[in-house]
Formats: sequence, structure tokens, C-alpha cells
Amino acid sequence: MKAERDGPEALIRACGQCLGRSWLLGRLAGHLDVARSRLGELLALDDDQLIGAVAGRDRATVERERSAFAPDAARAAAGRARLGLVCRCDHAYPRGLLDLAAPPAVLHFSGPVAPFLDACGRDPVAIVGTREPTAYGMDVAVALGRQLAAAGVTVISGMARGIDAAAHRGALERADQGDGAAEPCTPATIAVLPGGAEVPYPRAHRRLHAQLMRTATVLSELPPGTPVRRWMFPARNRLVAAIALMTVVVEAGDRSGSLVTARVAAALGRAVAAVPGRVTTAQAAGPLELIAGGATLVRDGRDIVDRLFGVGARTLAADARPALTEAQAALLRELESGRETPAAIARAGPADAALVELAALELAGWVRRGLGGRYSVIP
Amino acid sequence: MPSRNRRHRARSVVGVLARVATFAIDGVDPRRVLVEVDIRQGLPAFTIVGLGDAAVRESRERIRAAILNSGYAFPQQRITANLAPASLRKAGPGFDAALALAILAASSQIGADALARVAVFGELSLGGEIRDSPGVLAVAEGARRAGIRRLIVPVERAREAALVDGLEVAGVGGLKAAVAAVLADEPPPLPGDQARVRAVPQPDLADVRGHEVPLLALQIAAAGGHNLLLEGPPGTGKTMLARRLPSILPALTRAQALEVTRIHSVAGIHREGLIETRPFRAPHHSISAAGLVGGGSPLRPGEATLAHRGVLFLDELSEFQRSTLDALRQPLEDGRVSIVRGQRALVFPTRFVLVAATNPCPCGYAGVGELCRCAEPDIRRHQRRMSGPLLDRMDLLVSVQRPLDEELRGPATIDSPRARERVSVARARQWARLRGTSATCNGELDARLARIHIRLDERAEVAIARAYAAGALSARGRHRVLRVARTIADLAGRDRTSESDVLLALSLRQRAAGEGTLAA
Repeated sequence: MKAERDGPEALIRACGQCLGRSWLLGRLAGHLDVARSRLGELLALDDDQLIGAVAGRDRATVERERSAFAPDAARAAAGRARLGLVCRCDHAYPRGLLDLAAPPAVLHFSGPVAPFLDACGRDPVAIVGTREPTAYGMDVAVALGRQLAAAGVTVISGMARGIDAAAHRGALERADQGDGAAEPCTPATIAVLPGGAEVPYPRAHRRLHAQLMRTATVLSELPPGTPVRRWMFPARNRLVAAIALMTVVVEAGDRSGSLVTARVAAALGRAVAAVPGRVTTAQAAGPLELIAGGATLVRDGRDIVDRLFGVGARTLAADARPALTEAQAALLRELESGRETPAAIARAGPADAALVELAALELAGWVRRGLGGRYSVIP
Repeated sequence: MPSRNRRHRARSVVGVLARVATFAIDGVDPRRVLVEVDIRQGLPAFTIVGLGDAAVRESRERIRAAILNSGYAFPQQRITANLAPASLRKAGPGFDAALALAILAASSQIGADALARVAVFGELSLGGEIRDSPGVLAVAEGARRAGIRRLIVPVERAREAALVDGLEVAGVGGLKAAVAAVLADEPPPLPGDQARVRAVPQPDLADVRGHEVPLLALQIAAAGGHNLLLEGPPGTGKTMLARRLPSILPALTRAQALEVTRIHSVAGIHREGLIETRPFRAPHHSISAAGLVGGGSPLRPGEATLAHRGVLFLDELSEFQRSTLDALRQPLEDGRVSIVRGQRALVFPTRFVLVAATNPCPCGYAGVGELCRCAEPDIRRHQRRMSGPLLDRMDLLVSVQRPLDEELRGPATIDSPRARERVSVARARQWARLRGTSATCNGELDARLARIHIRLDERAEVAIARAYAAGALSARGRHRVLRVARTIADLAGRDRTSESDVLLALSLRQRAAGEGTLAA
């Protein structure tokens, strides 16, 4: 067993009672799903009450299985899935989570324990948003992830499709470059999954998941192998909001789960911020509503670190992209002022010169091509 | 009167073995067929052997009526006709005239020797007229190759057959005229150049306003023989642009024109004369795989072959059956398609420039302000439908947008003759460079030839390496970008492919939605 060779106490720091609680949540996953409208109160119940509240006819079976539960078997299972454990009785358990009414009993996470706890203490910021973003939202999420990681801030999100994944990718981009600003083993980003941490969810993100397992951290409150149920999404969102110092909503429709995250964050007294969008875009409705309600307006990573640490307290690393020539800078200004197609840029002249410049900018990571051959500037 | 003749002659028939040459169309190629007729004493019967299809079996009735109605006698004896070689399947009514002449010779109504130096091709009507049948040009080419002096064909097709040099062509309207043409020393004069169908004026690039990027892509496609995908909302001019591609392709050489005419003649879609304009074929998206690449029984060339040396245009690419599009892969890759039937493989030529058009999303308006009504997953699904093998074989992917108002009011950018001039110069450069290889233009360069013939300067190397490392290109995509870059350099008259050539090729190739970006 690998865990023993590394010294079990380095990886597995969870007491039997907390492991039992975590097991119970996994065991009652189906029952909790039925009763998910009352999720908040249910999670605050103790084990016996919880069984009484949701188990129904299965109560006797669950009680029997519970008395047979062996914490060491749970520890071994976590070891096999290469997950580290920290329970809420441990002094190193992330402080932020204790603000929750029902802090998760055990955190299951990939990678070594010290850097993980370090990352939680390293002023994490949550970047969340819709699963169906616009290209603009994706660009902003990637850029924020990259800028925050470069400023030594841990990016936390849920690895969902759309904004979440883009934020992780932006943060990983930074980690890949091996920049001196961040220590090599510090995870630049933490993904909080709804189900077991070792199972990629959604499946389409298996490669991102593998990369996060390898170079960053994947986290879950449920034991390995727990399949995803609907109640786990709001439950996961509360962890994201509680670990982070600030929650930034990039794009969210009226009913997006990321607004749940923002509400939890506000209720916990954390900062809430949002990226403005066009008033006619459905995905901008959520952030604009938050800003109207007093959330911090975020244009780039600088707005976030200024709000968290005070203006000028931290420097953002300089843009790593190749410097622009005069002509290229002029071209970017054209794009920003609404001339988005090569034909519009060339103004009825031959389009090939404009196309050559645009391709150069695209290669350098300054612009991207969207539907309809329209170019947009990458923040 | 004919009835008296018949009674009189029928008794005097003497059985001789008669032979005459004709041709079967095998795919788009002529195959020599020898018609042999043997007449014996016995109960009156008429059998045709030699793997004929239903049309050949029915030709017995046509021949009998045609011979009688032309004033000849039909032998009341045992007639056996053989179409040699017996192993070749023979389809269609084109053997009628040859069979009828052979029967007349076998029954000594005309001299059997006279048939030795002619070939005959055509369908008979009951009244004895010789009717038009498709594939005359192919037959004429076969006749010349077989060393036959005189070819007798339906009169409507005489000028078509006469396109082949070194052959006496006799156009005849009926069986009697055919007999006369067999016996005469000189073939009848060719019919006059009847009101030559004036070439329909080809659509010209001068009609196009705006569309700077697609125009550039069209010229590059024409200059290098590159396949092109036009993506854009309905009504922006994708079809209009595609229709103008033939007008800027270099003119057909005489050999190519003959080849194209032969194919169209075999398919029965050819009106008359030599086809001198590049074909443009635009099959509907409901077409089957067999309709696209050839098939059916008898085997017919598909749209891909009809577009040979021209343009195959697939509008609404996403509406085509997946399996139909998959069938296009071999023709695109090899410039020909082989169809295996029984123990034989038939080869159809398919060297065309593929132009495909598609909407960027199900409603068609993605990327046009707020007009698009599609949900993001629908757009993604639509894009995915189109990705894959066929898209990977497109060299140029450009989006077509509604022209700006000022462009619509402005002058045209370029007209077809000027564009064709540029294209021809670029083609000549490629042709000189690729002499002695299997390729004739950059679009036909395989990986090995590309390594030899595409020389990049240093900065161009860096640019393509960066694009490849960024993950936006597959290995095949990289190869395609380099070929297009080479064509751009050819259009500019440069021997070395420069950085700007590669950058331009990159911007004319990348997929609009998502591919290679971080939006997974």
C-alpha cells in the first residue's frame, strides 16, 4: 500500500466518526435526492436524525450497515483511489469551511495534503458561471484564471462545462508555464466535484480531470466511487463559496447554479463579484443583477486582487503574450471598436493583408475567431 | 410491296457467317464487341447469346420489325447471334444496328466482306430508323483505337463522333442509309453545323460585390486545385460564388475536353459538340452514395465523375447522408473511384475541385448579431456533424457574410478573365515544378511530394510550428495549410513560401466554431 509507505498520517487524517458521516451521506445519496428541497436542514442533522428523516423503510438496513462500517476500510479505499483525507476534527481543516452550518465531515482530495491545505490558505477565489456561456464569457474566464494564478491566488471552481472548466484551464495554463511566481508544487486551482473526487464529472472533461489530478487538486466531500445525484450540485456549490474569499460570477442566466454559489458566499460574509456583459445577452442577466445589488464589478484580474488585498498590494504578472507591433495594436483597436471581420477591417480593399495580420495575432493569442469569421480580442 | 419482296427473298437465303464490330460502354470506356451471326436450316428462331441484359434480349423484336419495315427480308431460319467476348456483360440497345446489319450480311442481302472495315453503333426503332444512343464519343475513340476505318452512328451524333481524328464517320438516319454507308466508297457528308447551341454565357466574378475573403479563397482554390468549404447564413451568396469557380479554372486542353465530353456522352446528358467549359455539378443532398460516386445496374458514372475536370458543389453539406459523404473519400484522395462488381473493378475518373456550402448552425444565422435562434449545444452538435473525415479533406474553410451596403454599391473586385489569367500563371508554375511527378497542382501533393516541393523560409517554419504546437491543427490539417501556402506563393510568383503565405493559409483554413480553441 502506497499510503503506508508515505506515512499514512501525511495523507489520511480523518477520524472514524467523520468517516462514518461521509459514508452515510454516500449511502443515503438516493434518499437525499428525493428530499433535496430540504437539503440545508437535512445536512445540519446528526447521523441518527438524518437516518430517521430520510431513510424511511430502509432504516433498519442502513442502521445495520452503519454498525458494520469500518473506518479503516474507508481509509484503505481512499488510499486505493489515491485520495488524501482530512476531517473536520483535524486542526488543519480549512477554516473557511467551518463557517458553514454543516461543514463537510471529510474532505477527499487528490495529491499531497500539505500543498492542498496551503492552497486553501492561499486566498482562494472562486470563478463560477453558466454551463452554456458565450465565447466572450469563456475568454474572460480563461483570462481571469490565468491572471489570478499568476498573482499567486488559487482559483477554485466546479469543473462543470463552460465557465468552470475555462477558469481551471486558465489557471493551469499558468502552472504549465512553470512561472517563478508560483511555487512548483502549489496547486494553482482546486476543482470541487459533486460526486467522488476520482471520477471525472462531467465525463467530457476526463482529460481536464486527469490534468487536475496530476498538477492541481480535485476535492469532494463524498467518499470515492459515489455516483453523482442532483442534490450534490448545491451541496458542492456551498463548499466552493465557503473555501473562497471571494466568488466571481462570470456569466449566469436567471436560474444558474452559480447564483446559488454567490448567494451562499454573500450569506457567509464573503465578497461577491461579477463580470458585466451586454444587457441583451441572457448569460449576462445574473452578473448584472449581482452588480446592481452591490457586487464588485470585475473587468480583469486586477479588479479582484485590488478588492481583496488593497489597491496595488499585489502585482499581476505581465502579459506573457508576444508584444504587439504598432500595426497590430491598431488592428486590435479596430476589432474593439466593432469592425470584426477581415472585410470590414480592410474597408473594401483587398482582404489578404488584414487576414495575414489577424492570423499572426491569433497565433500569438491576442484574438480568436468566432462564428461567421468574426474576430474578437482575447482579454 | 415489301411483303412481296420478303416472300421472294426469304426462300433464296444462303447461310454465311457474318461479323461486324461494335462497342459496349464499360463504365466510361469503350470495349470492342464483335457481333457474329450464323444462319442455319431449322425451325425459325432468333437467339442472342453473350451476356446481354434485358434490352439486348428485347432487341430481337426491334430488329425483326426494323428489317422488315426497311424493305429487307427477315430469314425464316434458325438465327444465332453471338456478342463476343462472351465474358463481358452487355447492356443497352446500342447493339441493334450492328445485329441487324450482320443478319442482312449472313442472309446474303449485303456482302459480308463490306462489314469487315466498319463498326456500327445505334438503337433501332420498329420502323427501321436508327436512334440516338448515349456514349457515341466513347465508341468513336474505341473505333479509332481498334483501327477501324469507318464508323456508322446515328445522324444526330455524327458530329460528336467526328471529334475523333482519323476516322470516317457516317451519320445515318435509318437501316437503309446504314446499308448504303457500308457499301459506299465515300461516307455521306457530315450533317451541317446545325444552329450551334450557343454556349450559355458562364457566370462571371464581375457580378460579385464585396465577399473579399471568399473571392480570395476561390482564386486560391482554382489556382491550386484545393477543396473549399463556404460557411455562412442563407442568402449570402455561397451558391452564387461556387457557380463562378469554373469560370476561373484554366481552359480545358483538347484531350481533357474530349475526356469530359466522352463522360457526359456516356451518361447521356450531353447535347452536342465538344464540351469546352469546365463542368459544374450540384447534386441535391438527397443523392445516394451510388448516385454520387457511380453505381447502379448497368453501372453508371456518378456526379463525382460527371464533375471530372470541373467543380462538384455540395450545397447544404450537413444535410447529406453521412455514408454518402464517406463514399467521397476515395475519389477525393485518389482522383478516381473504383467500383467492384462481381469479379471486376471499374475505374471512373474523379478529378474535381470540391466546393461545399453549409450553414454555421441549424437556423443558419450563428455569428450574425443576435439573429441566431439556436441553443449553444445545437450549434455544437451541428458543427460536430460536419466535422470529421470530410472536413479534414477541405483545404480552405471560409465564412461568407452578407456584403456591406457600401460594398454592394461599389465596383466589382475582379472579373473572371483577369482571375483566370492569374490562376493560369500560377498553374503553369506548379506544372513546371511538378513535371515528372504524379501531381499536376498543389492540391494533389501527397505528404512525400509536399516535403520535396514546398520550401519554407525560416519565419514561415516558425509560424507553422507555432500553429501546430498550439494544437489548432491536426497533422493532416498542417499538410493542407502548407499546400495552400504554396499556392498563395505561386499566385504571388514566389519560389519560397514565406511567413505571410503561411499566415494567410492559416486564416483561410481554421474552423470557425471552437476547434482548437480552449472552448472544449
